[in-house]
Amino acid sequence: MAPLVKVENLRVTARDERGRLSVIVKDVSFEVQPGEVVALIGESGSGKTTIALSLMGYARSGARIAGGKITFDGRDVLSLSKRELSSLRGRNITYVPQSAAASFNPARPLLKQVIESSQIHKMMPQAEAKTEAVALFRELVLPDPEHVGERYPHQVSGGQLQRLLAAMALVTDPKLIIFDEPTTALDVTTQIEVLRVFKKAIKERGTTAVYVSHDLAVVAQMADRIIVLRDGIIREVDATGRILSEPKNDYTKSLIAAAEPHTRATAPGAIQTKAAPPVLEVKSVVAGYGATDRDGVPVLPVLRDVGLSIKAGTTLGVIGESGCGKSTLARVIAGLLPAARGEVLLDGAPLPRRASQRTRDQLRRIQILFQMADTAVNPSRTVGRILGRPLEFYHGLGGDQCRRRVAELLDMVRLPAMMAERYPGELSGGQKQRVNLARALAAKPSLILCDEITSALDTVVGAAILDLLAELQREVGVAYLFISHDLSTVKAVCDEVMILYAGQMMEHGSRRALGQRPLHPYSDLLISSVPELRQGWLDGISENVLKEASVGVARPGRGEACSFFERCAVRVPGRCDVEPTPLRSLTKGAKIRCQRTEEELIDLSAR
Amino acid sequence: MSMVVVRLVLSRIAIAILTLGFVSVAVFVGTEILPGDVAEAILGQGATPEAVAGLRAALHLDQPAHIRYFLWLGGLLSGDPGRSLVNNLPVAELIASRLPNSLMLAAVTAVVCVPIALTLGILSAVWRGSLFDRAANFLTTSIVAVPEFLIATLAVIVFAVRLRWFPALSYAAGIISLDQFFRLFALPVFTLSCVLTAWMMRMTRAAMIDTLRSSYVEMAVLKGARPMRVVLTHALPNTIGPIANAVALSLSYLLGGAIIVEIVFNYPGLARLLVDAVSTRDMPLVQACVMIFCSAYLYLLMLADIAGILSNPRLRHR
Repeated sequence: MAPLVKVENLRVTARDERGRLSVIVKDVSFEVQPGEVVALIGESGSGKTTIALSLMGYARSGARIAGGKITFDGRDVLSLSKRELSSLRGRNITYVPQSAAASFNPARPLLKQVIESSQIHKMMPQAEAKTEAVALFRELVLPDPEHVGERYPHQVSGGQLQRLLAAMALVTDPKLIIFDEPTTALDVTTQIEVLRVFKKAIKERGTTAVYVSHDLAVVAQMADRIIVLRDGIIREVDATGRILSEPKNDYTKSLIAAAEPHTRATAPGAIQTKAAPPVLEVKSVVAGYGATDRDGVPVLPVLRDVGLSIKAGTTLGVIGESGCGKSTLARVIAGLLPAARGEVLLDGAPLPRRASQRTRDQLRRIQILFQMADTAVNPSRTVGRILGRPLEFYHGLGGDQCRRRVAELLDMVRLPAMMAERYPGELSGGQKQRVNLARALAAKPSLILCDEITSALDTVVGAAILDLLAELQREVGVAYLFISHDLSTVKAVCDEVMILYAGQMMEHGSRRALGQRPLHPYSDLLISSVPELRQGWLDGISENVLKEASVGVARPGRGEACSFFERCAVRVPGRCDVEPTPLRSLTKGAKIRCQRTEEELIDLSAR
Repeated sequence: MSMVVVRLVLSRIAIAILTLGFVSVAVFVGTEILPGDVAEAILGQGATPEAVAGLRAALHLDQPAHIRYFLWLGGLLSGDPGRSLVNNLPVAELIASRLPNSLMLAAVTAVVCVPIALTLGILSAVWRGSLFDRAANFLTTSIVAVPEFLIATLAVIVFAVRLRWFPALSYAAGIISLDQFFRLFALPVFTLSCVLTAWMMRMTRAAMIDTLRSSYVEMAVLKGARPMRVVLTHALPNTIGPIANAVALSLSYLLGGAIIVEIVFNYPGLARLLVDAVSTRDMPLVQACVMIFCSAYLYLLMLADIAGILSNPRLRHR
């Protein structure tokens, strides 16, 4: 059978801001057979999206398809005129982009956008396209399929938007669909549901698809064949099962190693300090935005009665979905957002709520690291000056002393001393995050708040940062509050883990306890939603998990009732949504906030 | 339309009215602290103290400042901004003879240059980096850099003196035919348009480029939409807010900022009236003119704000 897509010696060049030309895709050749799902996997800069877009004869601004041949369904894509390309795009080849929220025009209703390609290509009358779209909405398990199309993009959730994008790609019944990281921007519990409907839709139609992703575990569920890319060059091509079980290329091996769970936490140290008093305590903090009412509760509460403690030299992981309040928690501790109620204690002494009221020493002892390493460093200062500032501010160092300490700090974060002369613009993302870490260390803090610090980095680079954090903890005994949406990252570095949902603490226990049942129903959902690095994981997920996952967004309520109620598989209507949720201690050593008793949870999970 | 939009629009209008209140205080205080006594100025050096005192009483100048402010504001609101100190004519009458001229010049200029600027801005954004874009950018930057009086003078030399196509002076009264109208307005409108078009075009281009870079525009291209459709249905609706602001800011220049054009072409507009009033210390006239300019400015900005609110789907559809 002739391949549907044939790429031969594809070469794409790009011109950067300074006008320098670089080759971002080098001599790439592959085929896609009809009915096959082929994955392009690689880290940022590997050229995977560029290759996928060039299948549609499209290159982003600055990039240019410089050579090679792409044959789609017998036609030479690169020699088509603009008009012919337009008639190909959206009709024979459709595209599902990464960020659904950004890919919908905010000014137009959803249905119009979903059926737009069928109207552009004059494939069917509008009424027919609408019926078709509604049928697709139903198939993709969108709530209220009849009317969801009348809404505007900002009125539906991210997971729903992603499914609407899929409907948009399916409505013209194309020969090839390109999925470009379609679930990367979603929370894990949402991702699982979206993956499931995508897979079903592909399977039922026998659609040919190219699936672009950086996530091996996700790709393992979706693809028949995997193409591993790095720096615009194909490193390995093989059937999914073989790539996972017997990778040949070193880079593929390192990708698989980085994706596998791998514990770095300093368990022995943690045990030694177990009796030690906590370095940080947070007691019944309520925080949010807007004016506070008579009880001191803000109009938009983000954190509701959250408490935690971190012992010196240990790591507490805080995990939750976007909007659960985990970053707000860091902001409250740092004093950037004053808590409305409750208190934060540093070494047993209460801290003023606002950073501006704290003493220099209190400020010094809590440092914060942000997700976006780029925006946290001043681009017009050298690394040396960036690190010198806290040294001067907190420790009064200057001149030679300061320079020596800068070199020491760079060495601590495994950067060469000559980096001190560089500007942030000359550093890679991982190096910038190391500079941020060195800046935090310059203060000699007792606690570093790490807010999603590896989320913007590639897996391998992020893993190296996590290794570094663990090493530094052993060396200088700093404690971390480690905030992440990624369970495997949290499990890898944390001694204790706290799970937040819609501003409420759901479960708090040791890393080991997180692996033991019974679990809080939300912890259970969260843990079982993380894709595993084996084929067939997605097909084996119980329907129960999917049912919970499919119910929309979490909204922090105002009362003390459980915020997970709507999505909970074991809820007790009339009790969970009305009564304040009790805090229970489980025999495994963890605390959960749930109406169900330990025995009930064991019984329910056995079923 | 949702309640939120109604509330936002009403609050914008309220803010505009409040701002106008502040402006009236500022104008009053500003003219108050200018040196010189109006009564003495009117009566001249040889006036008797009794005559001066009598005039001061007649002009309420013997009253405390806040009373005079409210007297003035009351008059302004009831459509009587007082009498000119120079020729004793009602200020309202003086303004009534000039305001239509100014509005006419502004309107004609707006009608000419807004469509040109938007079209040029959108086209150069769509074809950014092309020869057209670079030429348009070069041209507009050059024109912005040339002072207005130079453009006006050159226009007179070339079109009026050398080519004799249009008259060098524009007097708007007693226009009869369309042809005459066109000839009279051609040069002032041309001069004003030069500066304004360049301004608006560059702001439109920037706003449009911003939108064209967005993912949903790329998505539209990948759905097979042709450039025309991409711009008109996907990009344009999302640039209304910034473009409306650019247009409003530019047009607000047309009333007070037209002073050079009014002088060069001897056009009887409001800006010249203001300058004359300042040079003769005719305070009631100055105050009234400044209030008109400020209101026009606030009104245009308010309209732009409201356009921005109405074009924002997040506010329109909650």
